[in-house]
Amino acid sequence: MEYGKITQEGIDYIISVTAPDRVFTGEAIEYDYCHDEMPEYGTSRPDVVVQAMSTQEVSAIMKYAYENRIPVTPRGAGTGLAGGAVAIYGGIVLSLEKMNRILEWDLDGLTAVVEPGVLVMELANAAMEKDLFYPPEPGEKTASIGGNVMTNAGGMKAVGYGVTRNYVVSMEVVLPNGKIMQFSSNVAKNTSGYDLKDLIVGSEGTLCIATKLRMRLIPLPKYSYTLLVPYETLESCIGTVPRFINSPITPIAIEFMPQQLLLDAEKYLGKVMPHKTSAYYLILMFNGMTKEDVEKQCDKAAQICFEAGAEDVFLCNTEERKEAVWSVRSAALEAIKASTTDSDECDIVVPRNAIADFVQYADAKSREYGIRLMINGHAGDGNTHIQLCRDDMPKEKFEEQTPLLMNDLYAKAKEAGGQVSGEHGIGHARAGYLENFMGEDMIDLYRGIKCAFDDRYILNPGKVIRVKES
Amino acid sequence: MKIVVCIKQVPGTNKVEIDETTGVLKRDGAEAKINPYDLYALETALRLKEKTGGTVTAVTMGPDQAIDMMKESYMMGVDDAYIFSDRTFAGADVLATSYTLAQGIKAMGDFDIIVCGKQTTDGDTAQVGPAIAEYLGIPHAAWVSGISDIDGSGIEITQEFVNIRQTARVSLPCLITVEKDIFTPRLPSYRLKEETKDREVHILTFADFADQNKAHYGLKGSATSVERIFPPETAGSQIFLDGTAVQKAGELINILHEKRYI
Repeated sequence: MEYGKITQEGIDYIISVTAPDRVFTGEAIEYDYCHDEMPEYGTSRPDVVVQAMSTQEVSAIMKYAYENRIPVTPRGAGTGLAGGAVAIYGGIVLSLEKMNRILEWDLDGLTAVVEPGVLVMELANAAMEKDLFYPPEPGEKTASIGGNVMTNAGGMKAVGYGVTRNYVVSMEVVLPNGKIMQFSSNVAKNTSGYDLKDLIVGSEGTLCIATKLRMRLIPLPKYSYTLLVPYETLESCIGTVPRFINSPITPIAIEFMPQQLLLDAEKYLGKVMPHKTSAYYLILMFNGMTKEDVEKQCDKAAQICFEAGAEDVFLCNTEERKEAVWSVRSAALEAIKASTTDSDECDIVVPRNAIADFVQYADAKSREYGIRLMINGHAGDGNTHIQLCRDDMPKEKFEEQTPLLMNDLYAKAKEAGGQVSGEHGIGHARAGYLENFMGEDMIDLYRGIKCAFDDRYILNPGKVIRVKES
Repeated sequence: MKIVVCIKQVPGTNKVEIDETTGVLKRDGAEAKINPYDLYALETALRLKEKTGGTVTAVTMGPDQAIDMMKESYMMGVDDAYIFSDRTFAGADVLATSYTLAQGIKAMGDFDIIVCGKQTTDGDTAQVGPAIAEYLGIPHAAWVSGISDIDGSGIEITQEFVNIRQTARVSLPCLITVEKDIFTPRLPSYRLKEETKDREVHILTFADFADQNKAHYGLKGSATSVERIFPPETAGSQIFLDGTAVQKAGELINILHEKRYI
C-alpha cells in the first residue's frame, strides 16, 4: 500500500481548518503521542498531531487525508493495550482528547450525549451526581469514552452489567472520506437496516471516527458490597466461578488474583491488601437498591464460596474497605510491570465454564516454557489477563519464546471455543495472531467491510487487519 | 490479658448534612459504620491478643442500634461486646462521654489495657481516649504508631510527634490511642460470623454504673455546648497550565515552590 506524504501545504491546510496551537509537527510532537500503554509493541512518531475540537474539523481533516491518501490514526486518551492508537504508518494522529464535553443529559430516557474525549471517570462521576450510573469500568478509568467504544471495553463490572456495547445508543461519525453520518438514534430498539452502530463498537477506529456518542445510563445502585475470598488452591478458586453462573444471584464482578500479585502491589506500589496470606483470591461485587438485598446476596455468595472450598469470605461494606481491595486490583497491570524487566500480555476470553481448565493449562505452560505468567482478570466472564514476565531470561530468548507460548495459548483458547481478545482489542500487536486464529475466509470478510468504509485504507491502517503489501 | 477496645458508630459517608439550626448531624436514615480510626484500634487489640492470649472486649456508648456494629466486631475476632445505652447518656460532650465510658469499663470489671482510635471522623476531638484514662486514673499514651513488646507488667510503644519519634514503656493497666496505619485493619469474616451468630451483645445502662449521680452524664454532665455548627466553605480553585509537558512541569514546580509545598 502506497501512502501519500504530508506536505507543508497539507500542514498549512490542517492549521487553516483547526488552529495553529493545536497542530504539532517534528520535535513539537510529545512522546506521549508515539505510544500507548504498551510501548513494548513499538513506538512510532507521526508526521503531524492535530487536536480536533469539533465534528467539522474532523471532517475537514479526513477529506484532506482521503484526497491525499494520508494515514490517519484516531486517538483518545492513549491508554490502549494493543498499539491501537499508535501511528505505525506515520501520517496524522488525530487526537480527540479536546473534544471532551458532555453535551446533553436526557434524564427521561436515561442517556447522555458525550464527545469522544470525555474520560470514563468523568462520565461516571457526572452521572453519579445525577443519581445515575455508567457501569462500564475498565481498569484504566482515565481512558476516553471514544476509545472504550472503539475497543468495546469490558472491565470489572462486565459480569453484571455487560460491556461498553450495551451502553452505546447511537453515534455521529465521520467517514474516512469526511462525510458525517448518524448511526442509529435515541431509540431503545432498532431493526432498521444493518446495525452499523454495533459494527463500529469494537472496530478500533479502522472504519470511521465517532464524534458524538449517546450513552445509556442506569439508576445508581444505592448499595454496593465487595467480598474478598481467599483460597488455598487454584482449582477451588477458579472452580468457584461456574457455581455462580448457575446460581440465582449475579455478582457484578468476579475478579481473580494470585497472591504474588498482591505482594507485588504492596512491594512496588505500596498498596496493601487487608488479607494476603492465601495463595489465590476472588473478589466479588454485589450491588442493590436496599441494604437487605445486598446483604442477602453476600450471605448466599459466601455459602457458595465455602461450598467450593474457600478458606474464608471477607466482607467489605464501607468505602475504606472496598477501596483497600479494589485499589490493589486496579493496580494489577502496574504492579506486574514494576515486578519484571519486560512483559507481554494477552487477554484471551473463553466460555465461562472453560475458565478453570484454561487457567490451569496456562499455569502448566508457564512451567514448560520457564516464563513466569501472571494470570489475573475477569474470571466471571471468562476473560483472563495473562502477563508474560521476562524477569532475568535473556531478551532474545524471551522474544523467541513469547510467540510460541502465545500460539499455544491461542490454540488452547480456540479449542475451548474462546476468542483472541475479550476487551483489549487487536490493534497491531495481535493482528498476526488474529489472522491465524480466524483463517483466510474471515479475514477476507473483514477486508470487505474495511473497504466498504475505507477503500483507501487510510483510517488506522494496520490495526485489526494487516495492510496487504502491494 | 484482658484487652478493651473503644469503638464508635459514625455516619457511613462523608456526605451527612448538618442541621444548622440545631447544630446536630442529620443521622436519620444515614448508614452507620465503625469509625475508620477505631478499626486500627480493633486491629491493634486483636494483635495484642494473638501475641499474649486473653480476650478482646469491644465497648461503645450509644443507642441499641449499635448492636450491628458490635456484631461486626465479632466478625473480626472480638470476644465480647458491651453497649452503654441509656437516655441519661444522651447529648454528652467529650467530658461526659469519657466519663460514661470510664464508668462502663469499671462496671465490666478488671482490664489490662484499653485501646482507642486516634479520633473519630464525626467529632474529631481526639480527646476521649486520654480523658477515659484520666477518669480511670491509669497512665496513657497517645499517637502510638508501633508496639515493640508487651508482657504482664507493661507495654513498649513508639509515638509519633511532629518532630520526634519517642519509644516508651507504659505500665499496665494503661490506655493507648493508636495512629492510623499502625496495622492494616482486618476485614469482617463470614467464618467468624457463623461461629459467633449466637453470641450476645451486652447492654449496660445507668442502673449498672457505680456513680448514680445523673448530673455526671449526658447533657447535664457536659461542660461544653455547641453554639453553631456549619460546613466550612470550600476554597478549591483550579489552575490550568499551557505549553509542552516540560514547560508545564517547570511551571508547576515554580507554583509549588511559591506556595511552599516543596
